[in-house]
Amino acid sequence: MSTAATTTSSKAPTRGPVTELFLGGGRGRRLTWILVGLLVLVSAVRVISGEQALTSSSTMAATLLLAVPLLLVALGGLFAERAGVVNIGLDGMMILGTWGAGFAGYQWGWQGAVLGGLVMGALGGLLHAVATVTFGVDHVISGVAINILAAGVVRFLSETLYVDNPAGGGVTQSPAMSSRPPTFSLPVLSSGPDLLGKLENQHWFLLSDLAGVLRGATNGVGVLTVIAVLLVPASYLLLWRTAFGLRLRSCGENPAAADSLGVPVYRLKYTAVIMSGALAGLGGVFLVFIANIYREGQTNGRGFIGLAALIFGNWRPGGLAAGAGLFGFADALQLRSRTAVVALLLLVAILLAAVAVVQASRRRFAQAITAAAFAAASLSAYLTVDELPEGIVSFTPHITTLLVLSLASQRLRMPKADGLVYRRGEH
Amino acid sequence: MSVLRRTGQALLAPLLAVVIALVISALVMVAIGVDPFRALDVMVDFGDTPSQQVTAIIVVLNRAVPLFLAGLAVAVAFRMGLFNIGVEGQYRLATVLAAGAGAAVSLPGPVHVVFTIVVAMLVGAVWAGIVAVLKVTRGVSEVISSIMLNFIALGLASFLLTGPLRGSEPGASIITTKDIPESGWFPSLNGLLSALGLADPPRQLYGFLLVAIVVGVVVAVLLKRTRFGFDLRATGLSASAASASGVDAKRMVITTMLISGAVAGLIGLPDLLGSDHSYGTEFTSGLGFLGIAVALLGRNNPLGIAVAALLFAFLDRAAVPLQIAGIPSSVVTIIQGTIVLAVVIANEVARRFARRQAESGGAVHAATGGDGSSPGPDGGPPSGTGPALTNATGTAGRTDPTGSAS
Repeated sequence: MSTAATTTSSKAPTRGPVTELFLGGGRGRRLTWILVGLLVLVSAVRVISGEQALTSSSTMAATLLLAVPLLLVALGGLFAERAGVVNIGLDGMMILGTWGAGFAGYQWGWQGAVLGGLVMGALGGLLHAVATVTFGVDHVISGVAINILAAGVVRFLSETLYVDNPAGGGVTQSPAMSSRPPTFSLPVLSSGPDLLGKLENQHWFLLSDLAGVLRGATNGVGVLTVIAVLLVPASYLLLWRTAFGLRLRSCGENPAAADSLGVPVYRLKYTAVIMSGALAGLGGVFLVFIANIYREGQTNGRGFIGLAALIFGNWRPGGLAAGAGLFGFADALQLRSRTAVVALLLLVAILLAAVAVVQASRRRFAQAITAAAFAAASLSAYLTVDELPEGIVSFTPHITTLLVLSLASQRLRMPKADGLVYRRGEH
Repeated sequence: MSVLRRTGQALLAPLLAVVIALVISALVMVAIGVDPFRALDVMVDFGDTPSQQVTAIIVVLNRAVPLFLAGLAVAVAFRMGLFNIGVEGQYRLATVLAAGAGAAVSLPGPVHVVFTIVVAMLVGAVWAGIVAVLKVTRGVSEVISSIMLNFIALGLASFLLTGPLRGSEPGASIITTKDIPESGWFPSLNGLLSALGLADPPRQLYGFLLVAIVVGVVVAVLLKRTRFGFDLRATGLSASAASASGVDAKRMVITTMLISGAVAGLIGLPDLLGSDHSYGTEFTSGLGFLGIAVALLGRNNPLGIAVAALLFAFLDRAAVPLQIAGIPSSVVTIIQGTIVLAVVIANEVARRFARRQAESGGAVHAATGGDGSSPGPDGGPPSGTGPALTNATGTAGRTDPTGSAS
């Protein structure tokens, strides 16, 4: 009896039953608790501020719409950077993808658009691979050049193919797509009787929030959204559970060692960067699906935010999905309701106050005071500001990125050989 | 002799790249059924009368001045191995605030102009300084933070334009800030043109050209002839070697970004002080990104950047005549994009070629003194703590055997 007691206590000597409930059971359980905590917090903020848009199903649907292109681009970045190639050119590849989707979409419908976007994005990736892998050009420089080139190429192609086109279109846009992609809704719960919608409209604490989130995620979901969400676990399995993935990641960690073990480093880097371009192109296709048309400037720098989501997610599929979700939410909120963004300040204040308490309990008083000061500042901003002007609200996702990176960048670890030019036999 | 050979080698790569880019663009034009020689003819046609020709030259010069400044801003950071992709945001925010400040005060002529310039430089420097501080204190990559700050700067600029600094009437289709009073305008150089015996055209040649030349010379001297410039270039070539020799890397990052941002703040001023006199929704955009291209084409060297800026300005001027001649004007963007990509590839190939030559020259020396396979007695453990940093120094030591074999 006594031996059994000592073994259990030696395993978790300081944890009481409550701590064990929240922190035990590994990463999966902890993640669930974080999600639940976040939902409770947002729900509380909604009730306090009266901003129903915070968790309404329309905001959630918009979040999903805005997060999926970022998710696809970030997944694209994941493949390239895990193979050791920094891809600043993601935005350019996404631009190529939008154009390819528009061009194929008006002729062959949505299936054609998917293919067109994939192919155009992959071509951009191929260009990046030729420059960085074969010619050893600095990755950032090549990426910037591709961004400049892509903008010129799509303008040029539109000018030659769409002007005087009987199907419509012009210098900055394509003719409309000839068919729309199918969408799905969950029967009974979010369509038909729409039980979740009814529950959401009660505005009950927590329950209505949960209903809003679920309804937003299950009502009228596009086929590409489903594919994108499935791609997250698929990428994880491909990169971390197959021989191909291990070899690809070894190119990003230590290409010289990989090469000496017979891994075809150049070929894998080519494959990874082309896949990266194709995924970014698919992100562009999604944008075309939303607008039903290709329009110049449609990406609006989303390639860069996808890149930030990748870094935010610590170069892992689950993390980058969370990053894309966060930026999508910030973007959706600023589009749906400018007053709801002010409510976000209250959320930030609560989170920072929690950070301050945690830091103080760990006797790190300098950090605690800084966090408390910022918490007080954002609380007073919440109490005094009614509505933020449009120009300021538009960069909510970008300032979120910057804040998160400046708080968390030291805990991030990128692939060891990421961004280094690898020449066979020179290392 | 050696000087001649070195400049020849330095010029070879960009020239080759421009030729390759022109050939690719010509092929593209042939593919869509445009005669490339006719396009070239339109591009180099500056008009018939002397007045038209001088006007065309002025248009090119006026466009080249901001491009040159943009290239310079990027290059200062590039020389140290920093990517200042935020030049776009830095100059847009600097210009809108300088326009607001310039319109708000009323000072005697030169003081007014200097005041506006100082405001612009300060704003640019502060905005770039955020990137540097985040990099130094929090370890945030300058590439990502400067991209994010671009979006934030554009949002702020649009907020300032539509809110506090708005000068247009409500309901106007183009929103601008208040006009800067005439004491704050930069005088044009047209007087100089007539003094040279050229035709006096209706278009004004920006006086800011002189400022740009001064800034270019100052940056060139700073980089080439001062201790700071030496430290900067040394850090760019090998960060680990520089910090081993006592360069304070953090201070270098902050100073360099401040200088780069201050130069970036000037980019919008030629247009602001020379012709527009206010910042508006139609103000020239995209100069920051073109600046990256110009800096790459000019190999981060002030003189090279000047030539690159002139080339890009020449191509930009051709857009309108091409449109009139019925040729897609986006040909210009294609040429510019292919030039950049061809230049970076050509630079890399030239660098590798030069290094192989140097290695084959030094191989005899290495064979007599070197111990071949081992990493060397003073090298310490082969896999050091910082792979990214040791890489640059590790490469040179170990390439010889494989280099001669391949």
